[in-house]
Amino acid sequence: MADKKKKEKKKQDEGSVKAGAAQVAPLTTDPDLLARKKADKKRLHRRRSIKDWAMFTGYLTPSLVGVLIFFFLPLLMILKISFQRSSTNAEFVGFTNYERVLTNDAFKEAAKNTMIFAGIAVPLAVILALVMAILLNSGLPGQSKFRSILLNPMMVPVASVVLIWQVFFSYNGVMNGWLYEFFELDKIDWLKSDYAMVVILALFLWKNLGYNMVLFLAALNSIDEEILESAMMDGANSVVRFFRIKMYFLAPTLFFVAIMSLINSFKIFREVYLLTGDYPRHNLYMLQHFMNNSFTNLDYSKLSAGAMVMCVVMIAIVGLLFFLEAKFDSDVEG
Amino acid sequence: MEENLYQQRKDEASRARRKVQTTYVHQPSFFEKMDEKEREEFFAREKKRSERALRARFIRNRISIGFGFLIALAASILAIVPVFYTFINSFMSSAEISSNYGVIFQSLSGHVQQGATYLASTPTLTMVPQRVTFEQYANLLFMSPTYLFKFWNSIILVVPIVVGQMIASCLAAYSFARYRKKRREVLFFSYIILMLMPFQVTLVPNYMIADQLGILNTRWAIILPGIFSTFAIYLLTKYMRQIPIAYIEATKLDGATEWQIFTRIAVPMCKNAIFALSILLFIDYWNMVEQPLVLLTDVSKQPMSVFLSQINEAEIGIAFAASALYMIPPLLIFLWGEDYLVEGISRAGVK
Repeated sequence: MADKKKKEKKKQDEGSVKAGAAQVAPLTTDPDLLARKKADKKRLHRRRSIKDWAMFTGYLTPSLVGVLIFFFLPLLMILKISFQRSSTNAEFVGFTNYERVLTNDAFKEAAKNTMIFAGIAVPLAVILALVMAILLNSGLPGQSKFRSILLNPMMVPVASVVLIWQVFFSYNGVMNGWLYEFFELDKIDWLKSDYAMVVILALFLWKNLGYNMVLFLAALNSIDEEILESAMMDGANSVVRFFRIKMYFLAPTLFFVAIMSLINSFKIFREVYLLTGDYPRHNLYMLQHFMNNSFTNLDYSKLSAGAMVMCVVMIAIVGLLFFLEAKFDSDVEG
Repeated sequence: MEENLYQQRKDEASRARRKVQTTYVHQPSFFEKMDEKEREEFFAREKKRSERALRARFIRNRISIGFGFLIALAASILAIVPVFYTFINSFMSSAEISSNYGVIFQSLSGHVQQGATYLASTPTLTMVPQRVTFEQYANLLFMSPTYLFKFWNSIILVVPIVVGQMIASCLAAYSFARYRKKRREVLFFSYIILMLMPFQVTLVPNYMIADQLGILNTRWAIILPGIFSTFAIYLLTKYMRQIPIAYIEATKLDGATEWQIFTRIAVPMCKNAIFALSILLFIDYWNMVEQPLVLLTDVSKQPMSVFLSQINEAEIGIAFAASALYMIPPLLIFLWGEDYLVEGISRAGVK
């Protein structure tokens, strides 16, 4: 019965279409039919969105379950512990742990060092890599050979070259030998002196310049030559061309490289740890040392508070970077 | 005078409007003024001048390229020296090593420092070993099986992580790239934040959950969080969002199921990125020191990287060979997959 009705309606509908073609009238004015069509559409839409959601969840599930179990849940756990007296004593103590962490001299020192390192290393890595990329892109012979060689340090495990770094930078090391031979300078224990940060900076650049440079090279190659040429015809010199045109197209890469360098600057702990152990000189004491050492002291509530502080700071930095990137991105695309 | 000129111009304009032809006084140009001989001289002079300018520009270019080349060369040498010396040193005999570098490790053990001030000897970097021997390798491979075990430990930790993470990430990245909605972006953003978290923040959560699951001090304590780390997801999602939607629609019209779209379109199109990320992940986890230090207290299960970090004076004789051996797998992978790596990481950055 319903089927018949539907068919009739359909016929009516078609009829109205034919009539409508001549008179430019609405397809149908039957309110019942309109409501039905709307409901049909809605149902279809809902079915599609359910399917869409099911697909989304289906593909995401393996990763999401793991991430929930291994990262989000534990993060909630430390959030809870950071407000407790200790990991076993569940007494609520408010922000005492945070106070303990933030007034801790070691934490302050570590935070300062980490910030100084990131503040110097990230811009330096970005700028030097850009300079190298421009250099390689300016028509040097054997460009791809240089690229491979400069990318090489990225692939070398830290643990393997630590030995060589020690040969170079230890107290009786090669570097001191050379400095003595050529400039008659006194020996300094590089990793235990004020220059320790410089050495670590050098190691960081050694490892990361190649990767950043490859990213910049790709971005430089993707800039349309015609734009540069037409700018040249309009009388733009190379400085203007660089800052007004190339930088404009490099902006997304710049942010990407900055984010990657930031991630890697936190990984420098490996080098520092391998070269100097648990307790390096105070100017190399990084946040990661602080966490590691609190970990061995089993002070979980302090550790959790520290982790939460770092977490919040990271979210702030990353949020800012992504906000800027989104802003610049829309600028470039629009 | 000015008045005069103005009038003259006005008359001219008026004539031009009325299309009145006035007599045109031919002004001989600079070139026409010259006679045959002068012209030849002029041409010769100009030719010489332009040649000189060209040569100057050529030389300037050559100099700047040469200068750049030198800088690039210096950077390359700096980049390659540590690797080079590790390999060179690995072919020296133990005796030569300790005679060359012994003095360094004296100063490393702390208390000898004051005494070391009086030691005039500096270590000697030699380009060529006095005698090329495989003594270190022989010692390493045949005399002390523990090192082989450590090597095996490294492999058995890294390979499952890379494979597992790539599978999980491909699925998740496809999901993030294809089914975009505002609320899902929030989840994606939290993934990114997780990716950027330094290990020391996730260390405590990792430790706790491993403790709860009872997998502390087993390999799973490192492998499982490694598999679900979100590093690859961010880059892969960026990649997959570049796949033109038209491809997917076309496949759909041809009657492909969702799973087929994923395996036949999305994954093959991201092949480069998948290779590049696998290489990056491999080197990252091959490198890991912090995780095993905390999560694997059992020394026999620790990978090579931890062992290399704890090398001391007594083992210096084989340390270089161990380092060199440890370097070989990532370097081989790099040589094999460099093009993929470059292509993969650079496209993610360019957008």
